[in-house]
Amino acid sequence: MSEIKLRRLDEYRWEVPREGAMRVPGIIYASDMLMKAMGKDESPKQVANVAQLPGIVKHSLAMPDMHWGYGFPIGGVAAFDLDGGIISPGGVGYDINCGCRLMMTNIRREEVRPQMAKIVNALFQHVPSGVGSRGALKLSRSDEKRVLVEGARWAVKNGYGSEADLESMEDGGCLPGADPEAVSERALERGKDQVGTLGSGNHFLEVEVVEEIFDKDVASALGIEVGQVAVMVHSGSRGLGHQVCDDYLAKLVKHVDKIGISLPDRQLACAYIQSPEGRQYLSAMACAANYAWANRQMLMHWTGEAIEQALGMGPRDLGMRLVYDVCHNIAKIEEHVVDGKKMTLCVHRKGATRAFPPGHPALPAKYRKTGQPVLIPGDMGTGSYVLVGTEKAMEETFGSTCHGAGRVLSRAAAIKASKGRAIRREMEDRGVLVMAAAKGTLAEEIPEAYKDIDEVVNVVHGAGLSRKVARLRAVGCIKG
Amino acid sequence: MKPYNTFDHTADLGLVIRGASEEDLFANAAYAVFDIITDLGRVEPRETRRILVEGDTPEDLLINFLREVLYLYNGERWLLKEMRVTRIGERVLEAEARGELFDGQKHEICKEIKAVTYHQAQIHKTPDGWTARVIFDV
Repeated sequence: MSEIKLRRLDEYRWEVPREGAMRVPGIIYASDMLMKAMGKDESPKQVANVAQLPGIVKHSLAMPDMHWGYGFPIGGVAAFDLDGGIISPGGVGYDINCGCRLMMTNIRREEVRPQMAKIVNALFQHVPSGVGSRGALKLSRSDEKRVLVEGARWAVKNGYGSEADLESMEDGGCLPGADPEAVSERALERGKDQVGTLGSGNHFLEVEVVEEIFDKDVASALGIEVGQVAVMVHSGSRGLGHQVCDDYLAKLVKHVDKIGISLPDRQLACAYIQSPEGRQYLSAMACAANYAWANRQMLMHWTGEAIEQALGMGPRDLGMRLVYDVCHNIAKIEEHVVDGKKMTLCVHRKGATRAFPPGHPALPAKYRKTGQPVLIPGDMGTGSYVLVGTEKAMEETFGSTCHGAGRVLSRAAAIKASKGRAIRREMEDRGVLVMAAAKGTLAEEIPEAYKDIDEVVNVVHGAGLSRKVARLRAVGCIKG
Repeated sequence: MKPYNTFDHTADLGLVIRGASEEDLFANAAYAVFDIITDLGRVEPRETRRILVEGDTPEDLLINFLREVLYLYNGERWLLKEMRVTRIGERVLEAEARGELFDGQKHEICKEIKAVTYHQAQIHKTPDGWTARVIFDV
C-alpha cells in the first residue's frame, strides 16, 4: 500500500491532499474497482511528487488508466505556467508522441471474415515490426532532418498518403519549433532506419470491426457505422524519441542541481520552460514528435497497401481514410482558463490523450461541431473506443482524458500467468487472429495484464472528460 | 548463480544486481543487460570497445555507464559478451567491452531494453559485497 491518504470527492474523483512540499493537490479519476489496483502500487505517490514541481497549476492529475511509471505516473497530466513553470522530459516519456491513429474502410465485417488470415499475413509481411525493427527506408541525414522539421507532411510529400490526412491529426502532424540542431548525433543515428516501423512491446496494428454506436450523430459525422472494418495503429518515435529523452534527462539531472530545484525523484529532472535548456528540450521534443507522425503516416500507407493486396482490390474500393491521430506522450503549449483567467500553459500528457471540446479553434472544420475524436485502444485483441472531447475536460483536466487500458500486471507477472498456455490459440477462440514478431510479446501482453478497458472508459465518460461514440472489436492483430 | 534478479514493476523491468566489488557490480550490470537482450551463448568476444563515463554520485555513474552499455546495441547494433572494469574512481569509470556486431543469421534478440531510468536507482555496500537496483524502460 502506498502511504498516500486519498480523500474521495465524488463517484469518480479522489483527492491527494496537499501536504509537505506539494504546491497543489492531486486528483485521481477512478472507480472503486480501479482504485483498488492503484492503491497497490506507488502511482498515487507519483501524483504527489509531480505536484511538487515549480509552476504547476491547479492540480496534479491522473486518469483512470494510471499505473506506476518512473517519475511521472503513466496516465498523468500536469500543466505548468509558462512563467516560472517547468518542462520535464520524464513528464513526456521516452516514447515521445507515442500515439494512435484510426482508419475506417469501405469494407464490412462479412467481407473480411473469410479473408482474415490472408489480411493478417499480408500486414505482417508488409509492415516492418518487432524488436529493433528496421524499415524499408534508410534516410540520409539531410532527409532525416527534414522528417524532424516537417513531420507527417514529409511523408505525404514523399508519396505516403494524401494532403487531406494532415488535417486529421493533432497539430496537422507537425509541431512547430522543431530544431534538428537540438537532436544529438546518437538520436539521428538511431532514427535513420526506423521511420515506418511499428516497434515492439505494446505497439500494434489491429484490424477491428465497429460493434456498437453510443452516439449516432457524432459517429455519422466521424464516418463510423456498425459493421464497418477499421484499423488502429499504435506506435511512436522509436529509438530516436528514446534517445532524445535520455539525452535530455542526463543533461537536466545536472541542470536541476545547478539551478537549485530539489526533486523527490531524479527522473523528474526538468528545466524552466523559458530557460535556454527548457527551450532546447522543447525543440528536440518537437523533432521526435514529428518523426512519430511521419512514422504513423507511413505505417498507415503500408497498411492500406497490404489489405488491398490481400483482398485483391484497389485503393478506391478499400476507401481507407484517417479518422484521427492522437498523441499520448507529449507536452504542448496551450491556452487554458484557470480560475477565470486565461493562461498559456505547458501541458504534459504522459499516457493521456488530449480531449478538446466542440468549437475549440485547434480542431479542423470537420470536427468543430463534434469535438475532438479521442482514440482509446484496449488490451491485445479486445478492441478500442472512439470518444469525443468535452467542455468539462477543458474545465477540469486541461482538455485531457485517458489513453488506454493501463497495465495491472508487470511484464514478469504476465509471463508467469501465461506459462503453459497457448495464447495465440486463446485469442483465436475469442475471434482474434494474432501474429507477433517475438515469442515473448504475446505472453507479456495477455489481456489480464491490463485493466478492463470498459471500466476505464466508463470512468472518463461518467466523469464527463469525454463522451463515448463507438466501440470497436478486434478481429486481427499484429504485435511487434 | 546469476549475479542479478529481476523484480516486478508494472511499467517496466527492474533489476537487482550483485557484485563482490564495485568493479564487479558494474561489470555484472552490463552482463545482466545483455543476458536479457540476447542469448549470450551465441555471442563471441571478437572486438573490443572502450567505455569512459563520469557521474556525480555512484548511482549517477552506474546510470551513465548503463546508458553507454545500452547504446552499444540500441545505437551501434553491437552485442556485448564480456565487460571488464579497468578503473573506477569516485566520479569516473573506464571499462573494456568485448563482443561483436549483431548478425541476424547468428544472434537472437530476445528482448528490447530501451533505456535506463533514474527512478529509485540505488547502490549499497553490503557485508558480502555490493548491490544495485535499477529500473529500465522496455
